[in-house]
Amino acid sequence: MSAPTYNFGYLDEATKRMIRRALLKAVAIPGYQVPFNSREMPMPYGWGTGGVQVTASIIGTDDTLKVIDQGSDDTTNAVSIRAFFAKVADVATTTRTADATIIQTRHRIPEQPLSHGQIMVYQVPIPEPLRFLEPREGETRLMHALEDYGLMHVKLYEDIARHGHIATTYAYPVMVAGRFVMDPSPTPKFDNPKLHNSPALHLFGAGREQRIYAIPPFTPVLSLDFDDHPFSTDAPKEACDMCGAKGVFLDEIVTDDRGGRLFACSDTDHCRANRDGAGGSA
Amino acid sequence: MYVAVKGGEAAIANAHTLLAKDRRGDTAIPAITDAQVAEQLGLLVDRVMAEGALYDPDLAALAIRQARGDTVEAAFLLRAFRTTLARFGDTLPMDTGAMAVERRISATFKDVPGGQVLGATFDYTHRLLSGDLDAPVDVARADPAGPTPRVTDVLGREGLIEPDDRADAGEAPPDLTRAPLTFPLSRAGRLQALARADEGWLLSLAYSTQRGFGRNHPFVGELRIGAVELELFVPELGFAVTIGVMTVTECQMVTQFTGSAEAPPQFTRGYGLVFGKDERKAMAMALVERALRADEFGEDRTAPAQDEEFVIAHGDNVQASGFVEHLKLPHYVDFQAELSLLRTLRAEHGDDPGTKGEEG
Repeated sequence: MSAPTYNFGYLDEATKRMIRRALLKAVAIPGYQVPFNSREMPMPYGWGTGGVQVTASIIGTDDTLKVIDQGSDDTTNAVSIRAFFAKVADVATTTRTADATIIQTRHRIPEQPLSHGQIMVYQVPIPEPLRFLEPREGETRLMHALEDYGLMHVKLYEDIARHGHIATTYAYPVMVAGRFVMDPSPTPKFDNPKLHNSPALHLFGAGREQRIYAIPPFTPVLSLDFDDHPFSTDAPKEACDMCGAKGVFLDEIVTDDRGGRLFACSDTDHCRANRDGAGGSA
Repeated sequence: MYVAVKGGEAAIANAHTLLAKDRRGDTAIPAITDAQVAEQLGLLVDRVMAEGALYDPDLAALAIRQARGDTVEAAFLLRAFRTTLARFGDTLPMDTGAMAVERRISATFKDVPGGQVLGATFDYTHRLLSGDLDAPVDVARADPAGPTPRVTDVLGREGLIEPDDRADAGEAPPDLTRAPLTFPLSRAGRLQALARADEGWLLSLAYSTQRGFGRNHPFVGELRIGAVELELFVPELGFAVTIGVMTVTECQMVTQFTGSAEAPPQFTRGYGLVFGKDERKAMAMALVERALRADEFGEDRTAPAQDEEFVIAHGDNVQASGFVEHLKLPHYVDFQAELSLLRTLRAEHGDDPGTKGEEG
C-alpha cells in the first residue's frame, strides 16, 4: 500500500461543503444546534473533534491559526491540534491573539478583545444546555422548538433557594438573540460577557454529539439570571503574580504542600504581552 | 517555579517515541508480523473490523499491532482511516441465504434443510489450558448437505413468523456515517449502529434482557457463519457484478409474540449481522435489536435494553472511550471556577449558624 495522501485541511472537499452548509445554517439561526454528520477524526472524540472539523472546513492558506486549551497555547492538546493543522493545512500559526484570524479554543475566550473578522472556534463536549435536566434528545429538541425553558429556570431557581447563588460556574447557559438557550461550551462564566455583541464570529463544534451552532457578530448574548439575582462573573479578586493583571481569569498553581499558592493568568499570551509591555490591558 | 503549562511540545514527542519502544517490547524476541496477526489471531481481527466498521483483515492486523493489541484503539485507527475513503456506490442487499456456510446451527429444529454444521467452534471444548497448540492437524472441512435456506424463511412459508419484507423495504437505508444520528431511528439505522457497537456493551445488555430487564423469550432460530458475495450494480454494464467476498456471522433470534388487535399471534425476529466470525456479538445484537422493537409490538418499555437513545447513543466504543478518556485533558479552568464557588459557599456556610448545625 502506498502512503496515503490527505486533502488540504485533512477533510475531503465534500465533507467540508457539508460542514460549511451546517455552519451557514447555524449562523442564520443563532444559538440553534444544527445536526451535522461528524466524521471520525485522527484524534479521539472528546478531544476537540468538533472544533477541528469546523476549523478544517473554514481554514484557508492565508489564515493564521491560534489554538488554546485552558487559555494557554502550550497545553498538550493545544500543541497537538496546532501541529495537526500546521501539518495538514500548512498554515501560519501564532500564539498572539491579535494576529490570529482563527482561534480554536477549549474552555476559554482570550482576554484581549476580539475584532471583527476574527473567528473563534469552540470545542464542545455536550452542546445541549438542557442535557442534564432532560437526557433525551427527542425531548430537548422539542423544548427548544417550543422555546420551553421553564425547566432551566427552575434549576437556576433551585440553586438560589439551596445555595443563595446560581451554582453554575462554567458552561453557564446564555440566551442568544432572545430565542435559543445555548451552552457556551465549558468556558468559565467569567468569559460569558465577552460573547455579548462580540464583533467576532463564534462557531461551536461538537463532534461526538454531531452538532454545530454559532453566534454571528454583534448578536446579543445574555447569561440567564433573575431580576433580583443578576448574573455575576465572580471575577477573581487576586492579581496575576506574573504580570500583575487584575480582572482576568487566573489559574491557581499549587507551589508546595504547605498551602503555598500562586495565581497566574489563564491566558498565557495575555500574560506574556503584559510582561513584554506590548499591549493587553493590565 | 512557573513551569505548569510549558514544555507540552517536547513532552508529546518524547511520549510517542517511548510508545514506539514499548510497542516493540524486548528486541531479543522476534517481532510479530501483520500476516501472523491476521492468520493466527483471526477473531481479534474480526472484532476490530466489526467495531472499526471496515472490512479489511490486513489493515485490521496492522491496526492491532500499532495499537499494541488494544481492540478499541485498533478500531479507532480503522475508523479514522475509513472516514477518508471515497464512496463509489452501494452494493446490492447481501443474500445470506446463498452463504458458503462454514458453520450453521439452529436451536429450534433438530434438523433443517442443508443440515446442522458445527464447524470450528469453542462450544463443547473443555476449557483446559493446552500444551500442544502447535501440533500439526489434518482434517477436512465438512460441507453442508445441499442448499442451506435460512431457517426463518422455512418458518415464514407457514406465516408463523413476521415477514422480513418490511414496509420500509423500498426506501434506501440511511447511512449513519453520512447523516447525523437523530432519534428515533429507523430499524435499518438501528441495525447499522448495533453492527458497529461495542461487543461488551451489547453482550451485557443482551444478558440483562435474559435476566428479566426486558425479557422477550428468545430462541436461536439460526446462527450461520460463512462467506457471502458482494454485488455492485454497474449502470454502464446494466447488470450487477461481484466485487468481493466477505465472511459474516448472522443470527436470527425467534421470539414469542402473543398477538394484538391488528396482528395475529406469530413469532417475531431479532436480527444480528456482524463482520467476520463473532457469534457472541451476533447473538447479543439480535437480542438487543428485538428488545428495541418493543414499541412495534405494544410491549411496555421498562428496561434499559428497550431504550433506543440509551442503547444506541452509548454503544459506540470509539466515541465512549474518547469522551471518558478526555477527562485526562486539563480541566483547570473549570476546576478553578468550581473551586472559587466552593470557597464562597463554604465561607457563607461558616457564617450561617442555621445551616451549620445540620452538617455537624
